[in-house]
Amino acid sequence: MIQTERNNMIDRKLAPEFRAIENINLLRPKKKTLANGTEIFCFNSGDQELVRIEWIFNNLRFDPAKPLLNMAVNTMLTDGTGSLTAAEIADKIDFYGAFLSVDYGFEQSLVTLYSLTRHLDKTLPVVKDILTDSIFPQKELETFIRNQQQKLQVSLQKNDVVARRTFNKALYGDTIYGLTADVETYNTLQHDDLLAHYKQMYQPSNCTIIIAGKIEQNALDLLAGTFENGWESQSAAADITQPKVNHAAEHFYFVEKPEALQSAIRMGLPFINREHPDFPAVQVLNTVLGGYFGSRLMNNIREDKGYTYGIGSGITSYKQGGALFIATEVRADVCKAATIEIEKEISLLKIELIPDDELELVRNYMLGSLLGSLENVFSHADKFKNLYFSGLDYAYYDRYTQIVKTVTGDELLKLANRYLNFEEFYKVIVGKY
Amino acid sequence: MVKFNRFTLDNGLRVIVHEDNTTPMAVVNILYDVGSRDENPEQTGFAHLFEHLMFGGSVNIPNYDGPLQKVGGENNAFTSNDITNYYITLPSANLETAFWLESDRMLNLAFSEESLEVQRKVVIEEFKQRYLNQPYGDVWLRLRPMVYKKHPYLWDTIGKNIEHIADAKIEDVKAFFKKHYNPQNAIMVVGGDVKPEQVKELAQKWFGPIPAGEKYTRNLPQEPQQHEVRREIVTAKVPVNDVYIALQMPGRREDEFYAVELISDILSRGNSSRMYRNLVKDKQLFSEVHAYVFGSLDKGMFVLEGKPTEGVTIEQAEAALWEEVEILKTQEVPADELTKVQNKTESTMIFSEMSLLDKAMNLAYYELLGDANLFNNEIENFLAVTPAQIKEEANKLFRKDNSSTLIYLAE
Repeated sequence: MIQTERNNMIDRKLAPEFRAIENINLLRPKKKTLANGTEIFCFNSGDQELVRIEWIFNNLRFDPAKPLLNMAVNTMLTDGTGSLTAAEIADKIDFYGAFLSVDYGFEQSLVTLYSLTRHLDKTLPVVKDILTDSIFPQKELETFIRNQQQKLQVSLQKNDVVARRTFNKALYGDTIYGLTADVETYNTLQHDDLLAHYKQMYQPSNCTIIIAGKIEQNALDLLAGTFENGWESQSAAADITQPKVNHAAEHFYFVEKPEALQSAIRMGLPFINREHPDFPAVQVLNTVLGGYFGSRLMNNIREDKGYTYGIGSGITSYKQGGALFIATEVRADVCKAATIEIEKEISLLKIELIPDDELELVRNYMLGSLLGSLENVFSHADKFKNLYFSGLDYAYYDRYTQIVKTVTGDELLKLANRYLNFEEFYKVIVGKY
Repeated sequence: MVKFNRFTLDNGLRVIVHEDNTTPMAVVNILYDVGSRDENPEQTGFAHLFEHLMFGGSVNIPNYDGPLQKVGGENNAFTSNDITNYYITLPSANLETAFWLESDRMLNLAFSEESLEVQRKVVIEEFKQRYLNQPYGDVWLRLRPMVYKKHPYLWDTIGKNIEHIADAKIEDVKAFFKKHYNPQNAIMVVGGDVKPEQVKELAQKWFGPIPAGEKYTRNLPQEPQQHEVRREIVTAKVPVNDVYIALQMPGRREDEFYAVELISDILSRGNSSRMYRNLVKDKQLFSEVHAYVFGSLDKGMFVLEGKPTEGVTIEQAEAALWEEVEILKTQEVPADELTKVQNKTESTMIFSEMSLLDKAMNLAYYELLGDANLFNNEIENFLAVTPAQIKEEANKLFRKDNSSTLIYLAE
């Protein structure tokens, strides 16, 4: 009896002891290069009989006169080949319970296949077909244009979307990152342009394949065999250079929406990218500011003032430069007050040391978050993609965890003063101000 | 196949343990058997507002998020019409922190006036951001009361209106906690890099001493079968017209549910689906079209939705949607086509086993349905559906006098 009572007398005010995260183990891929130049990176792990395969292509050089080509070509890859109609492609993939998606990003465009391993012999030939023999049928192009125009009209009614577009345009101008196609731009898409773009971009020398899942040797052989034979690079290599980014002179943009209940705010400035040695440390700074639920911006603007449902900050890292940004939607009548509070929080990082307990919390949160982001073999492949396409290696994550563990308050104060210059901030308001 | 162990504490708390040693993380998922259907019709949005208050400090721990972030953990929660679900992921070495935090807020909240004051404002901004300041954002606020006349599914989880949230009092918060937040009304799933004996010991230590509380007996007005055509047209600040047709359908525990969900897949899942192919691609009547189900525990909603392309009238659009479902009523679906959507469902379930959190949430939800192991048998229910059953359910579902049509007209 006494024993039981003693057990029940736990001190609920006292937090249990905890352990800091010591090391993070990342799976590394096996590499295989095909005769046609395509590199395959292979992550073999997991219990489920399935794989994810990604075919990744660098986008072609951005042409401001034809800003939609990279996106349109990628999106229309499933719309028909010399031997398969769009409907037949969809039928084949769906029948085998597979998922085929195309994803356009600013730097790369992807084709992703999720398939049960036992059906790869049926699903891989479909991917081969769309990568080697897409024809962009005129009727499909017209449907694509019309539907995209309607979707864009809907998006443009959303304040946060307009704020993001305005911000990107100001920061990145006439580059692939600053692209702000309007409804009319879609009408400039021409079949011949799409086909020429496709032929230059989707060739083996511009392709990286990443396969992740439970991979038997015969699956790998099937993949290699399918994409090694009958797929050759053209003589002209893909031009994957990108024009230099120019930032706009104007730093303030207000798009008025007289009936808005909330205003979207997006502010930020050109920033260092992942390749820069200071990048891990400024990620700590960003996390303190607005990078997690307990961040200063969330505490002040949501949890203290109740101005918003959510606010956050982030760092985007592109080859041609990055950005640090803060984004939120706030009650329309407190929009100005909210921007003042945001500026206050940025100033604080420049004049006051981050208290030790807050910094310790953020360190542990960031390491836990990194560990937790490695949910399955797909996430390990994703980490590799971050490195590979930034030209970094696995030493980056060792350095990242080391810096997150050891960066001091003094160093962060200096970094805040070096990188968070108010005169460089761009500010976009959509709604009322 | 997701393996698990299961035990119940003396106070009624059901605990499920799922070991997955491929990860260095652990998840703790707690499902409370309370949703917006359990609200007072004059105080709607309360279950969801309450979810926010669960993060406002508990009786012994003033701040919920900080201690968790400090040990490398993350958390979130969601509220639906049926359930409120809280989850934590953290390094497994620090599992006990999750038990400490979750047990204290199940024991008692701090009930701070200040927290209520702020969260009222936050939820009102959430209301505006997601429902009012978006094109078509208010669709469920309009459509639910058309489909449901008696059952509390007639309001959305966010609530009927902002006033209900603005008027919430601390006494109401206390009463809601007492009624719904006790061990016998909760299901806890602990998964990841954990051991059943360890979980049993921690559960006993931290949750064992919590009083069982009073048993809540649910007694909701059930929705009568619809026998009338319902229709509403709104002119709104939206860029393009939009057509929604909602139909009453069987609840999540009914045998017929599986056939009805597969009907939605036949109609609109993926680019090979009937509505996408016929209405978007071939006839080009819509820029986008969807069919989906709300798998509610009580009578659910089946929704057809489409945005007509320029020049297509509302009448043409509606007629095209009905024409498509009419085919399902008169012709049996070809075996290959049924196999296709069944295969897709099967592979989706296998893919969901790649995510620890998904597995934990599913185990908790199926335990609420009656038995966590139903999760492992679920695919059999989908594979057993026949073309004849699809036709039979289509005939019950797609009746004009079972429909509620909501039209958005662009100003």
